[in-house]
Amino acid sequence: MSFTLLAVQTLNGLQLGVLLFLIAAGLTLVFGVMDFINLAHGVQYMVGAYLAAMFSTLTGNFFLGLMLALPTALAFGWLLEIMIFRHLYGRDHLDQVLATFGIILFLNQAVKVVWGAAPLSVAIPEVLSGSIVLMDGLLYPVYRLAIIGSGLAVAVLLGVMVSSTRIGMLVRAGAANAPMVSALGVDIGRLFMIVFGFGAMLAGFAGAMVAPILSVEPGMGDNLLILTFVVIVIGGIGSIRGAFVAAIMVGLVDTLGRSFGPVLLRAVMDPSAAAQTGRALAPMLIYILMAAILFFRPAGLFPAKR
Amino acid sequence: MSASLPPETAGAGGPQAHGKHIPGGGATLAREGVALGLLLAFALIPLAASFGAESYVLSLATRVMIFAIAAVSLDLILGYGALVSFGHAAFLGIGAYAVGILGAHGFQDTAAQLPAAIVASSLFALVTGALSLRTKGVHFIMITLAFGQMAFFLAVSLAAYGGDDGMTLQARSTLLGFGWIKGDRAFYYVVLALLAGTYALCRLVVRSRFGRVIRGARENAVRMEAIGFSLFRHQLAMYVLAGAICGMAGFLLANQTQFVSPAYMTWQRSGELIVMVVLGGIGSLHGAIIGAAALLFLEEWLSGFTEHWKMIFGPMLVLVALFARGGMLGAVQRFPRIAAALAGWPGWLLSRLPGRGRSRRAGAP
Repeated sequence: MSFTLLAVQTLNGLQLGVLLFLIAAGLTLVFGVMDFINLAHGVQYMVGAYLAAMFSTLTGNFFLGLMLALPTALAFGWLLEIMIFRHLYGRDHLDQVLATFGIILFLNQAVKVVWGAAPLSVAIPEVLSGSIVLMDGLLYPVYRLAIIGSGLAVAVLLGVMVSSTRIGMLVRAGAANAPMVSALGVDIGRLFMIVFGFGAMLAGFAGAMVAPILSVEPGMGDNLLILTFVVIVIGGIGSIRGAFVAAIMVGLVDTLGRSFGPVLLRAVMDPSAAAQTGRALAPMLIYILMAAILFFRPAGLFPAKR
Repeated sequence: MSASLPPETAGAGGPQAHGKHIPGGGATLAREGVALGLLLAFALIPLAASFGAESYVLSLATRVMIFAIAAVSLDLILGYGALVSFGHAAFLGIGAYAVGILGAHGFQDTAAQLPAAIVASSLFALVTGALSLRTKGVHFIMITLAFGQMAFFLAVSLAAYGGDDGMTLQARSTLLGFGWIKGDRAFYYVVLALLAGTYALCRLVVRSRFGRVIRGARENAVRMEAIGFSLFRHQLAMYVLAGAICGMAGFLLANQTQFVSPAYMTWQRSGELIVMVVLGGIGSLHGAIIGAAALLFLEEWLSGFTEHWKMIFGPMLVLVALFARGGMLGAVQRFPRIAAALAGWPGWLLSRLPGRGRSRRAGAP
């Protein structure tokens, strides 16, 4: 296989990884700090994509649309938090699963009613359209590079915030031992609300960023949500660093496995069998990776709780 | 990690510490009465159906019973084990694919298909259960979900057996060469018999010493470990049993619809199975049967009004989670309190809005 293809697929894997990180970052904190299982995080990604599509069509400018979509996604996250989530924090996981499952059913249907069942498409902004030559024979779309770049920027920003601001310190403390933080006089309800809102906004940001390259449609967040769970389980609940490492890992393994798995298998079996086995195995690779990591480290790579 | 337990799920003779709403003493008799009444009602449905719309009523009721078998098996681990397994639909799919794949290779007989369905789903349960039971709480939910999704993607990639679109079966399974479940009515009674058998088996299991250990772990895992029980082995055995029963339900589902597709094992399907168990009241077995009937009838009824029935159903689930702890049976018993809570909801929401005084409680309403 040519080196160019490997480079392109690595970049694609990186892009998926960055996307997964944006969604996983908020969710891992929600799990870690609040011990709350939120299945509705995937629909917040979907809502972000729809909001970006709507606002950029209204304003005629993608960046303006993004600027409007982010606070709206934040407000929407807070609305859900105030109406439903905050009443479920201390409750049984089963109640949380049930309520957030109900929210998914409602919102997946609601976007169909509001925006129609047909997929929406968003134009790639003029500035970021086209491709650039990274090296000889390697053309890569600028917009995908922009996704990788902005995702990495958010990761760095988030890392700094979590490691060296006061609110970040409280979040880390909350992930390690929430009752103790509450006992020390911190308004844990407000901390939860902040963490939840920013998680929703990050998921919305991820949705808005991919709106120009994927079709914006109902249920688009559902499968990504499961991938995000795999990322969080591998990385360790409540750890931003773990989420980052695991997201890049899952993105690369999934993308490279799909394109190079059959090729590698061809070395040990005949081509048609290799192609078939490869196609069957490739989507399972990340789950096998997860199982392997869990076998050796049941709490993930970087668990926040000890 | 604290072992958070659903307090409303005290089983037969279980600790009554939280059991304000649970009738004591004669509960066992009453419960068997409910279960017998349910099975009797199912037995009479074909008679009532013969007055009109027979095939529609029969196929809906058959579907209800098949999902009831799956939900009862999930109740074993969800209700009695307090383990929120979110990948149960995978077993349904594995059972169905055992029928489809063997059928495609000329093995049409139940004698081959049913054992294959049960063995395959047991093996899957053994491997994934051994890995997922090493974890607890939120971890366990996510891992079972991920393994369920793995099975789904495997089915999607089976291009030889229909891939994404699934495959249509030529005919229903035979038994030792005879077309034993050709007629809809005969098939209906076969499913009913299997539902009754499943219920009886599960009731025996949860009453046995083995079942008591599982229930003990639900109430206090640390104490059970301290007494000297290996909880992992018990829970794994229960997980495998639940998987095997659900695999049988998958065998029946494939035979009813004469169609097999990855859609049987989407994670939304796993969610629906959980909803069935919770709606009927978890940890009671007959509640799972009631829940399966309630969900499927509700779906049928609501989708008659509007294609957007999920916009009604979703908020209903949220309300059940917020207010009706203990499912519909619990809700009926506590109806006055829930009505009061619902009536107070709008005002209470307003009072919670920022700027109108911050609530000090972060917990339940």
